[in-house]
Amino acid sequence: MIYREAGQFKTTYRADQAVFPILQDRIAILLILAVAFIGVPALASDYLFLAILIPFLILSMAAIGLNILVGYCGQISLGTGGFMAVGAYAAYNIALRVPELNLLIVFLLAGGCAALVGVLFGIPSLRIKGFYLAVATLAAQFFLDWLFSRVGWFTNYTASGSVTAPQLKFFGYIVHAPTGKYLLCLCLVTVAAVVAKNLVRGRLGRSWMAIRDMDIAAEIIGIRPLQAKLSAFAVSSFFIGVSGALWAFVYLESWEPLAFDINRSFSLLFMVIIGGLGSILGCFLGAAFITIMPIFLNQVPAALGIPLSTATVSHLEFMIFGALIVFFLIVEPHGLARLWAIGKQKLRLWPFPH
Amino acid sequence: MQRTRPVGDVLLKVDDITLSFGGVQALSGVSFDIRKHEIRAIIGPNGAGKSSMLNVINGFYHPQQGQITFKGQTRKQMRPHEAAAQGIARTFQNIALFRGMSTLDNIMTGRLLKMRSNFLFQLAWTGPAEQEETRHREFVEHIIDFLEIQSIRKTPVGQLPYGLQKRVELGRALAAEPELLLLDEPMAGMNVEEKEDMCRFILDVNDEFGTTIALIEHDMGVVMDLSDRVVVLDYGRKIADGTPDHVRGEQKVIDAYLGVSH
Repeated sequence: MIYREAGQFKTTYRADQAVFPILQDRIAILLILAVAFIGVPALASDYLFLAILIPFLILSMAAIGLNILVGYCGQISLGTGGFMAVGAYAAYNIALRVPELNLLIVFLLAGGCAALVGVLFGIPSLRIKGFYLAVATLAAQFFLDWLFSRVGWFTNYTASGSVTAPQLKFFGYIVHAPTGKYLLCLCLVTVAAVVAKNLVRGRLGRSWMAIRDMDIAAEIIGIRPLQAKLSAFAVSSFFIGVSGALWAFVYLESWEPLAFDINRSFSLLFMVIIGGLGSILGCFLGAAFITIMPIFLNQVPAALGIPLSTATVSHLEFMIFGALIVFFLIVEPHGLARLWAIGKQKLRLWPFPH
Repeated sequence: MQRTRPVGDVLLKVDDITLSFGGVQALSGVSFDIRKHEIRAIIGPNGAGKSSMLNVINGFYHPQQGQITFKGQTRKQMRPHEAAAQGIARTFQNIALFRGMSTLDNIMTGRLLKMRSNFLFQLAWTGPAEQEETRHREFVEHIIDFLEIQSIRKTPVGQLPYGLQKRVELGRALAAEPELLLLDEPMAGMNVEEKEDMCRFILDVNDEFGTTIALIEHDMGVVMDLSDRVVVLDYGRKIADGTPDHVRGEQKVIDAYLGVSH
């Protein structure tokens, strides 16, 4: 009943093109932002920050990047973990070799490096599609894994192959507390989401979606497949690279190449598919599902007082989690974002049938 | 019918085009021209090479022989996006819309060639990028009004019925403000009302926007009513060329359509 848009007339194209054209949505998003920026830092515990919120935010950003490539441009990629690693190691090396540089610039440069690598591995997409492209990006994943574990220069020749991020220092202020880290991630992810939304609803986004839906027709309209596909690879890898740098610097703090292996690629792909291909909101929903669900499942037996061994719990967690993924894909192949959209549509009319 | 724009000079000239796929000769030595503001029909039995001809004109196939002159510029080969940049738009026999996008977005993609705002402005959705978006939206709304598809503006085109999809595809081609519009069977699979609507739109496009139209169609009634001149192809060769009345009387055309006894 509350969700009615009657009486909200759009009188300009500008109003119609807004991201949230409905007043209630604007209020809701402001509330969510207020809670995220003010409420959560005041109330949440360190565990909540470090184990749930920070990884959720960083993975959301990576999912946004991957969704641009897979969901908007239709180019499937299994190399996400590798591109995150590029961001992480680029940030590490830049921070190591140019210590006076502001970390924000380091993150942006790391994203830039990942974008370059992404474009390089995106070149095969001009010739191959679908499964074949997936295999080509899988090669990128394995190559990058190999590169960072075998070429000593990237890890500054540390004996163990594991590296440690420098202190998080911004404008002379050291971010150490979980709250600070959370706010840092939140700011960056908010900016990333806004930028991604602006790109996908504009000229570039339309050319990506045109390539996704019908590449021949796109070319006949005047879209250059080369530009559209490679720009998608670049933008996508940029976001993934920045998120990789954040994952390494903020979440892991010290890491080895294994942190960015093929499992990372798969879990990000799951997030994007479950959240909803071609939806920015879906990235957040998918990231939340994949990050929070295992923890939730882990806590349930204990909360219900069922005595189970830790090993059984973790096995059960995997099984239920897998079943849930299959369930969601059968019920709504377009992901949680579509479920949300359907719910909203229903809510506009409820309680009347039409 | 009274025309506001008289037929003008030659816009496109196709000269001695030969196209073969392996051993199959799709087109052999076809020549004809299309004049400004006219509606030119290309007809012929199945497999005559009509669609191949359109594909050659908009750069999708590269003929082995012959040349194409568009707006006085002669070319031999061209990529489809270059043809689009020169002002050739088309629709497809099997609808080739972007199924995941709304009607509005589909037609907006037709404007992509005319949008060139800076990447950085697009990131922030301000300044030139936003003004450009609004400006083109306004143009697209004219097309939406013109084609009477206001009510499906925000509907994903995959959910639309066939006749409307054809109309959206025409809208997308029109959004590019083409000088030459190629329509590949715009009325295939439509019922009588839809055909009449489509005919009206084609005539209006020709009259109001002054767009030159080349169309392939199997419905002879439509072809004879709409077109100024007709090219008839059969087995990749041109067998007749002229006004509808002239073509209708040609013995070769009658033979091609009805067959001859040997």
